[in-house]
Amino acid sequence: MPPSPQPSDAVYNAPNYLTEDRGVRSWFTTLDHKRIGVIYLVLTLVSFLLGGIFALLIRIELLTPGPTIMDAMTYNRMFTLHGVVMIFLFMIPAIPGIFGNFFLPLMLGAQDVAFPRINLFTVYLYLLGATIAVWGMIHGGADTGWTFYTPYSTTTTTAVAPILLGAFILGMGSILTGLNFIVTIHTLRAPGLTWMRLPLFVWAIYATSIIQVLATPVLGMTLLLVAVENVFKFGIFDPARGGDPVLFQHLFWFYSHPAVYIMILPAMAVVSEVVQTFARKNMFGYKAVAYSSLGIAFVGFFTWGHHLFTSGQSAFDSGVFGVLSMFVGIFTAIKVFNWTATLYKGSIQVTAPFVYFCGFLFFLVFGGMTGIALATVSLDVHWQDTYFVVAHFHFIMVGGTIMAFLAALHYWWPKMFGKMYSESWALLAAGLIILGFNATFIPQFLLGNMGMPRRYYSYPERFWPLNVASTAGASLLAFGFIIVAIYLAVSLVRGRVAGANPWGSRGYEWNTPSPPNKENFPGTPVITSGPHEYQEPVVATEVSHAA
Amino acid sequence: MNELLRQLLFLPEQGTAYARQVDHLHYFVILSTMLGAAAVGITVIAFVIVYRRRSRSDTTPIVEPKTIHEAIFIGGPLTLFLIWFAIGYPQYVSLQTPPKNAMDVYVQAKKWMWKFAYPGGPNSIDTLRVPAGRPVRLLLTSRDVIHSFYVPGFRLKQDVLPGRYTQTWFQAEEPGRHQIFCAEFCGVGHSGMLGEIVVMKADEFDAWLADQRRGVVAAQDMAAAPSEEIDVRTSLVDQGRRLAGEYGCFKCHTVDGTRHIGPTWLDLYGKQEKLQDGKTVLADEAYLTRSMMDPGAEIVAGYQNVMPTFQGRAPPPEVAAIVEFIKSLRTDLVRAEPSKGPVYAPIAPAK
Repeated sequence: MPPSPQPSDAVYNAPNYLTEDRGVRSWFTTLDHKRIGVIYLVLTLVSFLLGGIFALLIRIELLTPGPTIMDAMTYNRMFTLHGVVMIFLFMIPAIPGIFGNFFLPLMLGAQDVAFPRINLFTVYLYLLGATIAVWGMIHGGADTGWTFYTPYSTTTTTAVAPILLGAFILGMGSILTGLNFIVTIHTLRAPGLTWMRLPLFVWAIYATSIIQVLATPVLGMTLLLVAVENVFKFGIFDPARGGDPVLFQHLFWFYSHPAVYIMILPAMAVVSEVVQTFARKNMFGYKAVAYSSLGIAFVGFFTWGHHLFTSGQSAFDSGVFGVLSMFVGIFTAIKVFNWTATLYKGSIQVTAPFVYFCGFLFFLVFGGMTGIALATVSLDVHWQDTYFVVAHFHFIMVGGTIMAFLAALHYWWPKMFGKMYSESWALLAAGLIILGFNATFIPQFLLGNMGMPRRYYSYPERFWPLNVASTAGASLLAFGFIIVAIYLAVSLVRGRVAGANPWGSRGYEWNTPSPPNKENFPGTPVITSGPHEYQEPVVATEVSHAA
Repeated sequence: MNELLRQLLFLPEQGTAYARQVDHLHYFVILSTMLGAAAVGITVIAFVIVYRRRSRSDTTPIVEPKTIHEAIFIGGPLTLFLIWFAIGYPQYVSLQTPPKNAMDVYVQAKKWMWKFAYPGGPNSIDTLRVPAGRPVRLLLTSRDVIHSFYVPGFRLKQDVLPGRYTQTWFQAEEPGRHQIFCAEFCGVGHSGMLGEIVVMKADEFDAWLADQRRGVVAAQDMAAAPSEEIDVRTSLVDQGRRLAGEYGCFKCHTVDGTRHIGPTWLDLYGKQEKLQDGKTVLADEAYLTRSMMDPGAEIVAGYQNVMPTFQGRAPPPEVAAIVEFIKSLRTDLVRAEPSKGPVYAPIAPAK
């Protein structure tokens, strides 16, 4: 790799990817992976805002045991929308769509992804799917929960079909993105970039893409079957028409359990980069971390039955699914221990991305181990469909994926936009978000222990105090996000110029100007060492103009 | 210790021995989870302090793990997880295996109520009375969508499916009251689909049951019962006999052991049936229900597939009644009156 470019270099006088082309039209027709990443950033943040508003409305409704601000039907629609928007419009596309698109080619030393036109097409699929789903929400709004369990979903009077169709189209985009990344990683690596020199971000995105390509078609098929039964009254899942209600659960979780790993593997991808940069240290156990991503992707396909322990599934099946689920925990444990060991003998700088890494690690351990507890079949019988499960998956999804999303946003913000944000505000917001998160979801673990089932519009009074605590925590969490939105917006206008490599990172993507040029690299780079090796002293150019 | 941890973790009362066992595993699992999280947390904090950055140009050595490190990383948690599983799985299996001497209660869920039926009567809505110290088996089915029968005090949950039977069991220890929730989302009334288990002393329960069977049916139960439901005063067996006649079952099935268009019902329950494809199947409640809902799926060897489906025609309470009627048809059990309690186990050929 050539050293990071300097302000005096020619590349800094050339326009960057943001200034190369002007006008709205150039954004709608762009084939540049970096611009597509930025478009995904805008779209998924809008979805995140929408899903977050639904979440707050749910928490406000649960502030009192009886009706608070809405009726039961509206509440049922709210939690359905919260789930659908957060999962299909934010969690699944966010990290691969934004950071995968932006940084995968940079890390590979490539000019773009393998299929730039397909890449742009996925943006339009996202827009189309999201539009249909949002239209469906306004026009009737499904009340089935994001799980669409039959026969409830095939007999409900609310409009389920538009949301199913929207999710189906979003799934198409997800498949194409995965396919694009797999081909890119196989064919567009720079000379010298062997598989064992790939940044760990790339390994985890690769594992994610495999799941996207193999599992998402099953979801598409299942959603179509529900839509067909709902609209044309065919008997597929509804026993009153000769169908099998549990068949749906098997098909649905065959996708939706691996989908959890579509959401968490990119998060793991991000933190592998963040920990190496801020510990100035190569990954302890590179191969173990790389292969455990593939391990999670593989074994994740054989754990879906742990959602059916109380469904009447045979005890033998439950045992097999229970043990297989634990292997996911083992692969996760490998990563956790290796990330921790990476800090050993490092040179650790506590910045906002690093604080998010610490939060991520803690939440992943706690969320992961409660996951193994849920795979311990007898405990699951008590916890199944209670707030314990809600708290568990929010620990993984919010505590894991959102922490990593924020870490990625803060870590790569200077690279993407060439501006620095206020570090002190960022640390304050990180503290607030981590505190608010704990305050929101730890009471929910206890509510689950008490036996409060999920998706409850009203509840007995003994659940009241913990629900108030959870709502208070959610307000704190929302406040933290607002602060983040403000200082990041301010940094775009008034932020300090970041320079090519403000963190002194030796990830390959930092060997470009910030923001990068349209072509990424002046020529094809040649890779001669692994990423994140800090045993050599700093070359004079590396940090000279960094903050 | 048990009481302290139970309250710290906000767990409800332990109504059964099973609940106590599960809670002990719960304590072990949560404590090891917290220790694990704390260990990782403390290690990270220690590293952050010891290895804090001193200069922007710090160099760090390349540290590579030895195989032993990764082996510990894998072996440690794997051992812990498998210990959890080794304790939890037998508990789950015991929950799936009702004892043979259990008393049966039929549970029918519909939006948004629970209906309970004792084989010899009576029926009740939302309140299930059971004796303390005796095992009770629940046979659950739903009239509409999927519900889930959840008793936090017993650490017990079983999904209730339309068109088929699932089962679970418990043995309450002390007289008392335990809340029933519906745990599977079922619409606007989901969170109002509450019920209660009233555990009575065994002798009081027997007296209550005898009273009820004499026709003293609680008026509030009657009032809540929808009119199309079967009369709560007659026993399930009597209802089943009447319904079997109305549905025309006797056109093909006999009750005296003679062979007709379909297999006889006499001694059918608990029998190993030989099927056309060479397999055998135990004729239990689940099989009998399946045979009514999907008659073509398991054809008994030597018979034709001519039976129509009763899917959507016979509602679950009626199916339960017919199943119970079939169960009562036994040569080794001459009954002067309908079953009064434990009828689940095929009683071994006498003498």
